[in-house]
Amino acid sequence: MTAPKRSNKPIFWALFGGGGMLSALIGPALVLVTGLLVPLGLGFGPQSMNYEQVHALMTSPLLKLALVVVISLFLFHGFHRLYHTLHDLGVHITPGIKALCHGLAALGTLVAIALVVSIH
Amino acid sequence: MTAERRISIECQRYNPEQDTEPHYQTYEVPFTDDMSVLQGLQYIKDHLDGSLTFRWSCRMAICGSCGIMINGVPSLGCHTFLRDLVSQGKVRVEPLTHFPIQRDLAIDQTDFLRKLESVKPYIIPAKDVTPADGAYRQTPLQIDEYYQFSECINCLLCYAACPQYGLNPQFTGPAALTLLHRYNADSRDAGTAERMAIINGENGVWGCTLVSYCSEVCPKHVDPARAINQNKINSTKDYFLRFISPRGADKG
Amino acid sequence: MTAKRTYMRPMTNWWQRLPFYKRYLWREATCFGVIAYALVLLTGLWRLSQGAEAFTAWRAALASPLSLLIHVAILAAFVFHSWTWFEVMPKTMPFIRVGGKRVADDTIVRSGVTAAVVATVVVLVLAAWGLK
Repeated sequence: MTAPKRSNKPIFWALFGGGGMLSALIGPALVLVTGLLVPLGLGFGPQSMNYEQVHALMTSPLLKLALVVVISLFLFHGFHRLYHTLHDLGVHITPGIKALCHGLAALGTLVAIALVVSIH
Repeated sequence: MTAERRISIECQRYNPEQDTEPHYQTYEVPFTDDMSVLQGLQYIKDHLDGSLTFRWSCRMAICGSCGIMINGVPSLGCHTFLRDLVSQGKVRVEPLTHFPIQRDLAIDQTDFLRKLESVKPYIIPAKDVTPADGAYRQTPLQIDEYYQFSECINCLLCYAACPQYGLNPQFTGPAALTLLHRYNADSRDAGTAERMAIINGENGVWGCTLVSYCSEVCPKHVDPARAINQNKINSTKDYFLRFISPRGADKG
Repeated sequence: MTAKRTYMRPMTNWWQRLPFYKRYLWREATCFGVIAYALVLLTGLWRLSQGAEAFTAWRAALASPLSLLIHVAILAAFVFHSWTWFEVMPKTMPFIRVGGKRVADDTIVRSGVTAAVVATVVVLVLAAWGLK
């Protein structure tokens, strides 16, 4: 019996794990602030997260990097789990579907990088 | 004098010589507080229907023979008591899921046995060790690293619990991967490199999505989910470090 | 002896068989929330790069009832993801021993949840300061 082929899962699992840990630690707070507290004005004023403020913050290289990392790892985590969920629901996962999922996460990463670079 | 209590046991039946698919048959079984589901089945076979087929042996949760589905939960018949099922109304007994049914409650374990052999479940000694070196010595700590994983009785409840095995029968599965880890974790063993190919494959640890129902149902608390998922880190290390490590002869 | 015909049961709707399986699928389904939020951030970043008018419009849209409802759902997804992530964390780690004794799985789970609570507080404090 020939030895089974080595899987390339480790690469994507590492990204999945990194994204999973990051989203588990800071995800709820981020969603709470940006999606609920700030828009509702709870604990934050009407000028919170306005263009001037966010633009000023996003000129920082550190925050640019942080945002790219958050977006990228969340996408890699989410898409990895997505095709596994589809598999669990009975969808046959082809190499093409896997490539599409990882590709979309990679695309999102590149777009995020391009956008932060464009902000001065 | 207390009235005799009865419980309905609904058994899945399948006769390969007559049936194209399984059907159910219900039996009324008198029981006492100390009776297991297995004893209920034995009552049926002894007094009601001698054709009911099921495997059993030790009656004490150590041989691993009597694995069945009881109300949809992978269980040992000898380890589950009728008195605890009264509140659920009926007792529905079926053969372990994810395996081909041979007859009634007996399943075909051939696939599992093949996988068990494939993981090299034995001590592979280091090349320079001979009997002249005498007995191995292990500290309690070294034993603790693998002992719980050696408690597996091959009852296959974990395979019945694992939806990934159900969806992909090529998946090596909980018990086989746990036994693989049991030997890798044993300080007497030097065969980890030989077993890495199985770990690293799509049907090795990467077939597991940490449902961890296997660990929930295991009657010996082996925790197969842990044995498998510890090796995801090992497999990842192996994947990335193979380019750096000088010992890497694995071309996989 | 000829092999008799064995019967293989189908896997359709397997997740509906037990509450454990349903909970597992809900755990996996949190990925939709994680992806959705990443796209929200990406959209905000894109609007930011387009200038004041575009970003202000996006900021205002966050306050719409639809956006608020979606974010409540996303928040629920993240909280359940976070909880279940630390629940299974012990299974991915080798045995940890302190003073020769194994650290219980429960302790590892609680440590993880505590870390998440601390991280939440840190993010809230940073947000309160940075988004004043």
